[in-house]
Amino acid sequence: MSGEEFVPLSLTPLLIGTFAAIACALPGNFLVLRKQALIGDAISHVVLPGIVVAFILTGAISTWPMMLGAAGAAIVAVVMIEAIRRLGQIEPGAAMGVVFTTMFAGGVLLLEQTDTSTVHLDVEHALYGNLESLIWLDAVGWSSLVDLTALAGLPPELPRIAMTLVGVILFIWLFWRPLKISTFDEGFARTIGIRTGALGMALVITAAIAAVAAFDAVGSIIVIAMFICPPAAARMMANRLEAQIAWSVVFAIMSSVSGYVLAGYGPLWLGGSDAVSAAGMIATMSGLILACAAFRGPCRHRTGAPSAA
Amino acid sequence: MLWDALTLQLGYNATLVAIGATLLGVSAGVTGTFLFLRKRALVSDAISHATLPGVCLAFMVLVAFGGDGRNLIGLLSGSAISAWIGLLCMNWLTGRTRLAEDAAIGAVLSVFFGFGIVLLTIIQTMGVGRQAGLEGFLLGSTAGMLWADALIIAIGGAATLALVMIIRRPMTMVAFDPEYAAARGLPVHRIDLAMMGLVMAVTVVGLKIVGLILIVALLIIPAVTARFWTDRSDRVVLLAGLAGGLAGYLGAALSASAPNLPTGPIIVLVSFGFFALSLLFAPVRGVLAAVLQHLKFQRRVHIRQGLLALAQDQTIYEPLTLRLLKRARLARADGVATEAGKARAAKALRDEKRWEVVRADQTHEATAALYDGLRDIETVLTRDQIAEIDRQIGGPQGVRS
Repeated sequence: MSGEEFVPLSLTPLLIGTFAAIACALPGNFLVLRKQALIGDAISHVVLPGIVVAFILTGAISTWPMMLGAAGAAIVAVVMIEAIRRLGQIEPGAAMGVVFTTMFAGGVLLLEQTDTSTVHLDVEHALYGNLESLIWLDAVGWSSLVDLTALAGLPPELPRIAMTLVGVILFIWLFWRPLKISTFDEGFARTIGIRTGALGMALVITAAIAAVAAFDAVGSIIVIAMFICPPAAARMMANRLEAQIAWSVVFAIMSSVSGYVLAGYGPLWLGGSDAVSAAGMIATMSGLILACAAFRGPCRHRTGAPSAA
Repeated sequence: MLWDALTLQLGYNATLVAIGATLLGVSAGVTGTFLFLRKRALVSDAISHATLPGVCLAFMVLVAFGGDGRNLIGLLSGSAISAWIGLLCMNWLTGRTRLAEDAAIGAVLSVFFGFGIVLLTIIQTMGVGRQAGLEGFLLGSTAGMLWADALIIAIGGAATLALVMIIRRPMTMVAFDPEYAAARGLPVHRIDLAMMGLVMAVTVVGLKIVGLILIVALLIIPAVTARFWTDRSDRVVLLAGLAGGLAGYLGAALSASAPNLPTGPIIVLVSFGFFALSLLFAPVRGVLAAVLQHLKFQRRVHIRQGLLALAQDQTIYEPLTLRLLKRARLARADGVATEAGKARAAKALRDEKRWEVVRADQTHEATAALYDGLRDIETVLTRDQIAEIDRQIGGPQGVRS
């Protein structure tokens, strides 16, 4: 395929998908190790009411209010889960289930109650995103990459998700040692003076920011898949955290690239005419990678004491 | 309008939906209780999302064989098969690899759902034109519910309920103490699978009414709600069934009473309303009860400490203590004890001394363990024992003032 076609139509969605995948997979490593993997699931459900409320308040589909709304909803959800867990002495899984289903139901209800017929805002969009539509119309070929006027026409999702990715990397790089210690041995981390509560909260907030930014571009299904599948697959490949993170990044890139390509061109190869959902395909590919790792990964078995399943 | 809805006067479809939602609520509440007690509430999330590819594949197969793609039995059996596969994948991941259950849940949920969405987009491009009903399975759609659909839901719900009743005892035992259950010779793994199978059945039955994303709420919220009211598992099951059924009925009625009120979300929100009420007002475990309990405890501590201070002729500076003593007419506003206060203070001090003797005496070890600074000594010792202790302390002395 030539640059004239590839750069405007496929390069930006591919990059956005990949950046989103990595931005979610990086904090996902810690969440999976801390047995908080379902936070991503909860966040991606509660983002919907946040976005709808932001839309009702501003009356338009504009990015920043919606991101703020989504982030606000994520924080409300985290606080509510914690409050219900403590006040009602309920196990965290059930508290999470109560909160995110309720908030999602509220979001759907608000969406039905408001007139969104003039704008593109619906539940399906929230679920699958519209990765395919993030094209770069100003580009004419590879040369556009150095052309400033063409670069100004990049879809705004790209710089946003790139900045989020940088932020996530910075967070993990800055807090690497405390994060690592508190993930594996929280008691020890506390004795050497790490504020594990605040750090855990910061990790969840980072994950929420990554989820909201990725959600804006690619929909919630990729967010959940990327929080869990690449880190889980990487967990089967390595015993060291550094290696696990490296593998998870590789897996995230592999699933987003292969998923996007298969979604765009797979049906053509099979004789079909239309592309299928890229978001769904990326999630499917990450699942296949996880399956391969679970069958063949060198570190797939539990070692040491059997843990309660 | 709402009254009409509640009394099933809003026409055929609304009545069907209300009856179906009530039955679904009861069976989801009852089944979800065991899941909640087993501390695996979010497994239902994975199971429900895993139904999507099955629905789509069943639709494609039905269309390929020239049938009506919206045949509910066909779609539901497809969803059951893929949910079961998802469940087995999850069990395999937690059992055979090092992944914890939450990661396995998330992986199955996202991958199956993602694959389902791929299939959905394929169906949309198949150009069959009758796929409109399929999106309804995401959030439920009760608008075009038919008598046959309602019948399927009713039969499915009733069958699930009957199965739960049959295997409720082993499920309860496994939920509370799996090791003990295994030691008693129960097939824990198979009972777990049966429990998940029941959850799957409820999910499949509920697809039409509340959709696959929100069915999780019906499985979790009633059980959590019921748990606030009782500590007995059989009553939790009953109450959860009741809460779920009521939420289903009220939610369906509410959504029929006005336009733009989708049934599934309304049922979930009603259910959450019950949960919030229970969280706040349930006796013993509710927030209000806990606050009252705390205030009562605080009052007892303050009065006790105040009386001891009065007895020892110390000035009370704590305003709350003074206020409480004054309200109980044990002290005057300037902090001087009244007659009743003097008597109570002398008794409090004497009791403190008695406790001191008790705690120093090895033979009273069991009694001494009950000491918490508030307990009246008469409630743990007989009159003879107290008299014996008093002999050791000596006679009563007047309160100095």
